[in-house]
Amino acid sequence: MPAIEAVKLEREFKGRIKAVDGVDLAIEAGEVYGFLGPNGAGKTTTVRMLVTLLRPTGGSARVAGYDVASEPDAVRRRIGVALQEAALDPLMTGTELIELQAKLHGIAPEKVTRRGEELIERVGLVEARDRRVGTYSGGMRRRLDLAMALIHEPGVLFLDEPTTGLDPVSRMTLWEEVRRLKHEGTTVFLTTQYLEEADQLADRVGIISDGRLVAEGTPAVLKAQVGQPHLEIALMDGGDRERAVEVLAGFGAPRPPAEGFELAVTVAEGATEIAGIVRALDDANLIVASLELVEPTLDDVFVEKTGRHLEGAGEADEAGGEPGGSA
Amino acid sequence: MIRPVRALAGRALRNASRRPQFFVPMLVFPSLLLAANTGGFSRTTQLPGFPKVHGFLDYQLAAAITQSLLLGGVSVGIAVALEIESGFFDRLIASPIPRTSIVFGRLAATFCIALLQVAFFLALGLVFGAEVQGGVGGALLVLLVGAIAGTGFGGIGMSLALRARNASLVQGIFPFAFVILFLSSAFFPMDLLQAPADWVAAYNPLSYIAEGLRNPIIAPVDAGAVLDGLVAALGVTAAMTGLSVFFLRGRLREP
Repeated sequence: MPAIEAVKLEREFKGRIKAVDGVDLAIEAGEVYGFLGPNGAGKTTTVRMLVTLLRPTGGSARVAGYDVASEPDAVRRRIGVALQEAALDPLMTGTELIELQAKLHGIAPEKVTRRGEELIERVGLVEARDRRVGTYSGGMRRRLDLAMALIHEPGVLFLDEPTTGLDPVSRMTLWEEVRRLKHEGTTVFLTTQYLEEADQLADRVGIISDGRLVAEGTPAVLKAQVGQPHLEIALMDGGDRERAVEVLAGFGAPRPPAEGFELAVTVAEGATEIAGIVRALDDANLIVASLELVEPTLDDVFVEKTGRHLEGAGEADEAGGEPGGSA
Repeated sequence: MIRPVRALAGRALRNASRRPQFFVPMLVFPSLLLAANTGGFSRTTQLPGFPKVHGFLDYQLAAAITQSLLLGGVSVGIAVALEIESGFFDRLIASPIPRTSIVFGRLAATFCIALLQVAFFLALGLVFGAEVQGGVGGALLVLLVGAIAGTGFGGIGMSLALRARNASLVQGIFPFAFVILFLSSAFFPMDLLQAPADWVAAYNPLSYIAEGLRNPIIAPVDAGAVLDGLVAALGVTAAMTGLSVFFLRGRLREP
């Protein structure tokens, strides 16, 4: 049974605006699902329906086995939710907020303090726990928000753009925590505008545009659909370009090189072909000055499927995203 | 139901104590108006038809209490609207608690704060020479009627917040409550009001709440007046609690 399932899910607002238009989802238990889309694509509206904050106007959805429309209480008991902007009460301390959340989730009074301390420690807020949340940085607020969402050890966790606006270090910390949750078997529904984030964290990615799911699959499969990786090569002291072209012809189809490089060749097998290419060039007395493996990105997928770039594409590199195979 | 109500009420009380900019005006402004009225209109007690009272301060205490409780309602409305604007309210709605407990938790805190407000004005009156003619029992009745009325006014603020979802709008709408206060017998006896103010005051629940608060202060307890005040306060509280729950449910159907 999928942990999250939606069938032709719809949400229409006043003025007959369809924010979500027939979305189908089937997310297995323990999976990290990245829900990608630009602002206004329908990501948050979909999440709000799945977490019972908004009633669907069409279709149906089940979360943790319960219908979001007819069994919302059962759904809420089984999910953790960290919504956009980390909505926290600035007048309360971290400890007070996490204990309030524990009480609202019906955790036994004798366990409230211990569970709160565990989570505060897990998200690295021990020193700040007795400070008012209004004094927290954006990263600290997100970590506290995540801790609150985990207070009742939910089987399904919804993270709505958890790293938007965070500095690179805070973003990496959140990523680590998502990986840890996956390792523990939690199903994570992660909405994001950041391609690198989806690429790094998600087992599968769904791309939503204008309320419709336009593509879905593992990042590797989606990227393979739009093209193969290629290798950009620069030779030491210019080298013998004609000779290099002859050598590379045995590996794959040539393509126009990017600026700063002299040669480019398609490598269907990706990084595994790099060693062979370098050896072949070396045998022909051609010294490689630099090379870069360029793989199709989720942005390429997004452009292919929607005809436009995703907002925020490339920003994750600033957050410490790992470029593919630079040498 | 009881546990989340207690947890949310505790949070609201703690936050009220940490937000003096909301709490202090509830006490300061009515105190200033009380001082101004008592100083400037004290000879009003000599007007024909004015009830026999120990002093004009005694008479005006009920008006100050009612005004303070209405300001408490504004604070509740703004606090709830700010929670909606910040998204914290969504966190509460996404929790596995009866959604009505969000309303009841806030109103339980409002009841406690209203008790403190009434106690403050009774103490202030006593310090400046007022006397509670109804004795300790009368003072307890004033506390009871005031706390229930304050809860009802909190319900007005909460309803507005759930409907408007905007703190500025709540702040902008609420002054009308003070127009309604001035169109009641809170400040002057009904018999001394001119038409159509006397007609409006006769149908205005604030008149009965103010009289219910005033009676034990200015005279031995008259069960009829106190009961009228209690019924009016309970009526406002029941109506506004119901309206808050209705708007909360409506909010879930809309964006």
